[in-house]
Amino acid sequence: MNYVYLIPLFPLLGFLINGLLALSFKTRSDEKIPGMSLVSWIGCGSVGLSFLTSITIFFKLLALPAGERVVQKIAFPWILSGTFHVDIGFLLDPLSSVMILVVTGVGFFIHVYSTGYMAEDKGYARYFSYLNLFTFFMLMLVLSNNFLLLYLGWEGVGLCSYLLIGFWYEKKTASDAGKKAFIVNRVGDFGFALAVMLIFWTFGNLNFTSVFENAPQVLAFGGGLVTAITLLLFMGATGKSAQIPLYVWLPDAMEGPTPVSALIHAATMVTAGVYMVARCHALFLLAPISMGVVAVIGAVTAIYAASIGLVQNDIKRVLAYSTISQLGYMFLACGVGAFTAGIFHLMTHAFFKALLFLSAGSVMHALAGELNMQKMGGLKKHTPVTFWCFLAGTLAISGIPLFSGFFSKDEILWKAFSSSSGHFLLWLVGVITAGMTAFYMFRLFFMVFLGKSRMNPHVEAHVHESPKPMTIPLIVLAVLSVIGGYVGIPKSLGGSNRFEGFLSSVFEGGHEVSAEATAHAPSAEYLLMIISIAVVLTSIFLSYRFYIKNPDIPKRLAAKYKTAYNILSNKYYVDEFYNKVIVNPLLNLAWFLWKKFDVLVIDGTANGIASLVKWGGGVIRKTETGYLRNYTLSLIFGAMLILAYFILR
Amino acid sequence: MDSSILTILAFFPLLGILILLVVDKDRLGAIKTIAFVTSLLIALISLYIYFNFKPDAPGMQFSINKTWILSLGINYHLGIDGISLFLVLLTTFLTPLAILSSWSAITDKVKGYYISMLFLETGMIGVFVSLDLFLFYVFWELMLIPMYFLIGIWGGPRRIYATVKFVLFTMTGSLLMLVAILVLYFMNHNLSGTYTFNLLEINKLPIPLGTQFWLFFAFALAFAIKVPMFPFHTWLPDAHVEAPTAGSVILAGVLLKMGTYGFLRFCLPLFPNAFIDYTWLFSILAIIGIVYGAIVSIRQVDVKSLVAFSSVSHLGFVMLGIFALNIQGIEGGILQMINHGISTGALFLIVGMIYERRHTRLIEDFGGVSKKMPVFAAFFLIVALSSIGLPGTNGFVGEFTILLGTFKSNVAYAVIASLGIILAAVYMLWMYQRTMFGKIIHPENEKLRDLNLREKLILIPLIIAIFWIGIYPTQFFTRIEPTVKSLIENAKMKYEKNKLLDESLKVDSRQIKQIE
Repeated sequence: MNYVYLIPLFPLLGFLINGLLALSFKTRSDEKIPGMSLVSWIGCGSVGLSFLTSITIFFKLLALPAGERVVQKIAFPWILSGTFHVDIGFLLDPLSSVMILVVTGVGFFIHVYSTGYMAEDKGYARYFSYLNLFTFFMLMLVLSNNFLLLYLGWEGVGLCSYLLIGFWYEKKTASDAGKKAFIVNRVGDFGFALAVMLIFWTFGNLNFTSVFENAPQVLAFGGGLVTAITLLLFMGATGKSAQIPLYVWLPDAMEGPTPVSALIHAATMVTAGVYMVARCHALFLLAPISMGVVAVIGAVTAIYAASIGLVQNDIKRVLAYSTISQLGYMFLACGVGAFTAGIFHLMTHAFFKALLFLSAGSVMHALAGELNMQKMGGLKKHTPVTFWCFLAGTLAISGIPLFSGFFSKDEILWKAFSSSSGHFLLWLVGVITAGMTAFYMFRLFFMVFLGKSRMNPHVEAHVHESPKPMTIPLIVLAVLSVIGGYVGIPKSLGGSNRFEGFLSSVFEGGHEVSAEATAHAPSAEYLLMIISIAVVLTSIFLSYRFYIKNPDIPKRLAAKYKTAYNILSNKYYVDEFYNKVIVNPLLNLAWFLWKKFDVLVIDGTANGIASLVKWGGGVIRKTETGYLRNYTLSLIFGAMLILAYFILR
Repeated sequence: MDSSILTILAFFPLLGILILLVVDKDRLGAIKTIAFVTSLLIALISLYIYFNFKPDAPGMQFSINKTWILSLGINYHLGIDGISLFLVLLTTFLTPLAILSSWSAITDKVKGYYISMLFLETGMIGVFVSLDLFLFYVFWELMLIPMYFLIGIWGGPRRIYATVKFVLFTMTGSLLMLVAILVLYFMNHNLSGTYTFNLLEINKLPIPLGTQFWLFFAFALAFAIKVPMFPFHTWLPDAHVEAPTAGSVILAGVLLKMGTYGFLRFCLPLFPNAFIDYTWLFSILAIIGIVYGAIVSIRQVDVKSLVAFSSVSHLGFVMLGIFALNIQGIEGGILQMINHGISTGALFLIVGMIYERRHTRLIEDFGGVSKKMPVFAAFFLIVALSSIGLPGTNGFVGEFTILLGTFKSNVAYAVIASLGIILAAVYMLWMYQRTMFGKIIHPENEKLRDLNLREKLILIPLIIAIFWIGIYPTQFFTRIEPTVKSLIENAKMKYEKNKLLDESLKVDSRQIKQIE
């Protein structure tokens, strides 16, 4: 395990090489894409190597006794100032090992997919260098052994997200979206940074192991300090993981290339907030108020984003809102103390959402970049592989039994109900969201692949299945989406939940909560499971009625409930609201402070003093007339004044 | 060798000037080469100092103390410690880059230009290594002369207004400082019987609190204008917009640091009571500067004035750290002085490179530049990110350490100041987007050439420094720390001593009154 540093090092080297290649290519030729295969080998190879290393390390960790699966490796000291000491150091435990496997595994297949998807793009080398840089920062984030290095990865992935969203920088909407993502994330990071400082001055240390070990002694249960720390940390998470109120950047982030949406804005980066909250569970469990906030924000975001997803027509936007909604699920899990369930859903979601995005990319590839679902339909016969893979992903995300999403989603719903910090309402919101999810996902699936073609005939003539580099990753991810849940079959269904067992050494506190939960009768769990399955199946049936059987229904409904439809299709006007309340006032303030205050008041004062001196000089100068009679007059006048003074004294 | 090395360092530029004086004014190549080689040799000499600097010693090193004007007690006294070491290195490191950047930008009165640059370097190094108040004042004023010419002769259209404003602002402050220096000089004589300008001697002087207040504000005003702190900042955007590229680099990179350096070298050790009692005032001004500078930057139309206002914001961080008065705050402050020199220096160089091509600095005249100049775009992005404090770059290490220190001394200050980090992303990324991204709408930009070798060579050392400090800043912290530790300890000790002394004086005077 001494070579854990290799895991982030490979993608870093890949970035450096591809970055230099990208710069040197550009200056030489603009016509063809030179060195494409070299770039591909470096880009995919570096992540592949780090995937292999991760697997080796995972098994080494597994070979250790359960209690000893925590390994720290310090590379070198980073910042040393007075008592402040923070290292570049790595922490390897079951939680981080799951994360590195997801990041490098899913990441590797998305890299491979990109070789096909981006083959026509002139910025090929630049693209792969950014993708590798992202992988590097993401791995630093999940492998860090302290808060500040996590923050480095945290902001680093944000940078790559900025670069990749705005990858086609000549498009204004793309560069706007990149900038928006960065700035909104910085708002969250503001909270995160303050939390880090608060943690340091509370514990005198930023090392995870030491902070979490000392937390119960240093912090009072439910006290103001731990509540402040955890709420500030969660503020960071709402930015990175796109939760209310900072989710607004993620839908716009779909301006980036689709594999980027799959890797960064679905499978890995946006789950960083969930990872961070789970990593800090020792702190969160000490702050019931914060836990409540996490659960409620998660649940509200889940249903809120799902409701927007019901009416969107842009294939990637639907998936984006779906991602926000699913991230809400993960926070709901964390908020009720079911951290294992949150991480479990994080993993299965990484499989099926990456799959859905990549399939959507394959559809776009087939349709010359078309995003509007109203102009698709009947793609099944043209793109069979994509069709089957997309179906697998849709079944998984909808929570159909035996598919991966079922196990993780059901685990969350059950915990939301049964955990000591859970609540019936949280469960209810979760179930309704599950129904909505099934509805909009099947709506998407039906509108794209089944029914009659609404394609532009010109486009339809060129529809084709994607090349092998794209379909193979699809198939791999489809398989994972189907079987990925079997590592965590709950005990009530006769499984042994090995996933939970593996992570239990990390979430000892969370484990107590779930142990408490099993005190409920298993019959209750079955009942809830049956209800949620019923809701999902009903939704699918409705979706079928709406979009296959009787395509007029949605139009009629939209006309009938015009206000509600408009609110949903305009995403509750939140962007407009933020523009009006934050963005424009800030711009106006900037203009006012510069043009009115700085130029007129401050600089005006400085120049005013200068003018005053100049004016005074001008006045006094007038007395210097050069006429003897004037001087004599003032002389006599002065003498009289002096005389008067002495006489009158 | 060790006691004369600072003298060699400070006056080596004059040697270059002497050679330049005899070179014919039309031999441009020779003039540039001589100036560049001179500055490069100075950088090498400064490296000698770096490698022979003892990291664990808090006091002055390489010091020299010779009588200069015996009858007035003026000494030639130089020395370097953890506070000034990196500022000297910053000076010697930036000057060759600034000279190299002028290669093709300056075509008029070339000889005079390079003489001014070298003269400026002597002045700057002198300021940072002088330990005699009189000598310090000489260098402080001396440095104004070449800067006055650099802006006034080789500047933009409003150069006369800008350069006069720059000099008048600085002079206003420094005249008060001169008076304060003289007061200290005579006070010292009254108490100890000797006339001396020796800073280390005067440091020992117990100054009554009332007097401290006035003297502190006389010094602080001079330094606050130089930093510049809000509301004394308006000379800065004007000076930057009009100054030639190299002038801006030196102005932002080094000259502004003399203000923050002054607070650490003079205000804190000499007047700890006034310093500590008025921490709130300077912290609040610093915070206003951070937020105000950042907000005003957002709507700037000229890239240079955007960078100038962003400097107000960044220097606010430095001041905030210094007035946090703990190890993290001050160390972060010192490191951030270096960081600002590197990042903002690089930003001005970058603006200069694009200005040389297009003869405009207005944001609206660009757009889509990264298509034509990808290498330039990459350098620009790295520097912009370092300026907004992205982790992994130098800016983060400095800002975070400052905020950590501030958080300890006052949570509210740290919270408000952290808002500056969000705003920095707003103005910097928006500017970057409007200049580098988008489609090319101005046909002039179609012909833009990417960076040439000379330009790359100028920027690469700065990029290396950005990542070096961002990833492995240990060498910096270990050399700064002993000096900062003893600075804080001494100041706090003197604070208590002066307070006791003052109380006993009050008691004395009350007793005297009673007796009367």
